[in-house]
Amino acid sequence: MYKAYIAKLSYDFKTLRNLLAKATPPRSGDYLAGVAAANNLERVAAQWVLADVPLKQFLNEALVPYEQDEVTRLIIDEHDSVAFAPVSHLTVGDFRDWLLSEHTTTEVLTSIAAGLTPEMVAAVSKIMRIQDLILVAKKCRVITRFRGTIGLENRLSTRLQPNHPTDNPAGVAASLLDGLLYGCGDAVIGINPASDNLEATSRLLYMLNDVIDRYAIPTQSCVLAHVTTTLKAIEQGAPVDLVFQSIAGTQKANDSFGINLNILHEAHLAALELKRGSLFDNGMGNNCMYFETGQGSALSANAHQGLDQQTCEARAYAVARKFKPLLVNTVVGFIGPEYLYDGKQIIRAGLEDHFCGKLLGLPMGCDVCYTNHAEADQDDMDMLLTQFAVAGGTFIMGIPGADDVMLNYQSTSFHDALYVRQVLGLRPAPEFEHWLQQHGIFNADNQLMAQRELPALFKPALQKLTGGGNG
Amino acid sequence: MADSNDLWHSLNQFTPARIAQGRAGMSQTTRNSLEFQLAHALARDAVNIPLDFVQLEQRINTLGYTTLTLQTQAENQRMYLQRPDLGRLLSESAVRCLQQYPNIQTDAVVVVADGLSSKAIEQHAVPFLNLLLPELQAKAYQLPPVCLIKHGRVAIGDAVADHYAARLCIVLIGERPGLSSPDSMGVYFTYKAKSGISTDADRNCISNIHNNGLSYDLALKKLLFLLNESEKC
Repeated sequence: MYKAYIAKLSYDFKTLRNLLAKATPPRSGDYLAGVAAANNLERVAAQWVLADVPLKQFLNEALVPYEQDEVTRLIIDEHDSVAFAPVSHLTVGDFRDWLLSEHTTTEVLTSIAAGLTPEMVAAVSKIMRIQDLILVAKKCRVITRFRGTIGLENRLSTRLQPNHPTDNPAGVAASLLDGLLYGCGDAVIGINPASDNLEATSRLLYMLNDVIDRYAIPTQSCVLAHVTTTLKAIEQGAPVDLVFQSIAGTQKANDSFGINLNILHEAHLAALELKRGSLFDNGMGNNCMYFETGQGSALSANAHQGLDQQTCEARAYAVARKFKPLLVNTVVGFIGPEYLYDGKQIIRAGLEDHFCGKLLGLPMGCDVCYTNHAEADQDDMDMLLTQFAVAGGTFIMGIPGADDVMLNYQSTSFHDALYVRQVLGLRPAPEFEHWLQQHGIFNADNQLMAQRELPALFKPALQKLTGGGNG
Repeated sequence: MADSNDLWHSLNQFTPARIAQGRAGMSQTTRNSLEFQLAHALARDAVNIPLDFVQLEQRINTLGYTTLTLQTQAENQRMYLQRPDLGRLLSESAVRCLQQYPNIQTDAVVVVADGLSSKAIEQHAVPFLNLLLPELQAKAYQLPPVCLIKHGRVAIGDAVADHYAARLCIVLIGERPGLSSPDSMGVYFTYKAKSGISTDADRNCISNIHNNGLSYDLALKKLLFLLNESEKC
């Protein structure tokens, strides 16, 4: 069925899974897995064949067997055929043209999201250039709420990530204060704990709750411990805003993370029950999950099931959307060069993930990042950051000086967020924007105010930390 | 170049994070931008500048120990970075080379691999071996030559331990450089290592050995503790 005769060579790709892998733009993880195209011609041949595959075929041919994989079951069982109807007659190639059409508006894209499967959007992304990924993603609008409103048009939010190598409270507080004074933190204040245990997690949760409460910051906290640790913290009465978990696109990979759909369901219910979100339009701000993903995570757990890493990543979004998250973050360059070798691969992967997530209806952020053994540098990150923001990305990370001293990788800084907001005219979430202006951190044009002295709100905190006066 | 003048710069005492950096407009200042580039350059060079194996051999020989330099199936740095599986396998010539040596009964193998930081091995391997090897000899352990491995991952130690039928496998390896620690060395200890069978869960890791991290003495103490505990079983 998946055959092509091209440039005097015939190709038979046998299965949809194989076809998708061969059609994927080159990346080291797919070579490592042994699923990538052998050469450029085979890749393009696969793309030609893929363009002719009807979208309906993705509902008939499971990439990982239905009986073996609960992610496949989730995708098939929850597929909305009514929402799918407007595009159900299209092939992958026609779907690309349809997405690019000016008649395919934000409203249309929103209405079909539940009718699309991860495999459909992964497939179409493989025959799209970067400008296509940007153009279509920018038309998508996904709005979520907890204490603030995330994802409105011309807004870009930031996760303040005040990590410290030993979770030292003063060290965390120092980075936290620095971030707030640079206007960062409307998506979430989220800490990666150095040690994943209940005691450390609870201590950080109480600390963040105290800060958000005392300064009345319209944001939410998260300690990125394992979901089972957070569940225990909830049981003990700790103030949990968002429940975090890393997720992947196969049951086997999720197993290796120590999770399944039931555990996530339980955690979701527990967080909803706390009702810690604000009231919006007489309803709760009830998006209370925070998920992280990243291409290559399934392969690194040897659980990719023969899928290419980008398709596998898109399947993780099916898991995410089941639980109506406030934020989903693709941690694109963290995994290392054996999955994404260089800046070029990282940039494309970040934009693919954003496109796929948005099309499926998720509030997609991107940890624009790299490690020191990847063939990448700050210029590459500037390109991804800028392109991601042009594409309407929901949020990015904010880390002091772009250097995470706990996780030992480089992400985006507070300054980076200010840069990209400045050049593209983007604003923080409205509630947080108001708070920043009210306390003299931003002026009415959302520029940092010149600080002759510390905003009054923060003086006591600084005095408490440093044990005395400060300039 | 101007220094940071953020009013809260005194908070720097609480964290190694790059806080209170000040700004040029709303962007990073020249000083901070160049400081970052400097740290990144050191880290990149640690990954990419090849380890001088001849010099390393000489330095270890000078201490009075024999060495054997071997290569993995990762033929170059680019392949090493993209194919971790090949960095866990000895090259054909390395296998032939090992076979030339009598397969004597040994207790422990000591393996030094460049890993992701040549700088780490260049700085820390020899002084650490200088403390470690006398301790092993004092236990009357039979030791083959110290094996130096080009383009090696941690699991390459298993292949060497296999060959010598050694009970104890100790691997010194350059760790992935952070911006603040381009020369961090890790020491891995595996008891009854078996190539293709031992997993990361079977390994004990002593990480972060560098001038501002874990000291040689403390790292050695931890290693000997782990080793003694294993021998009790």
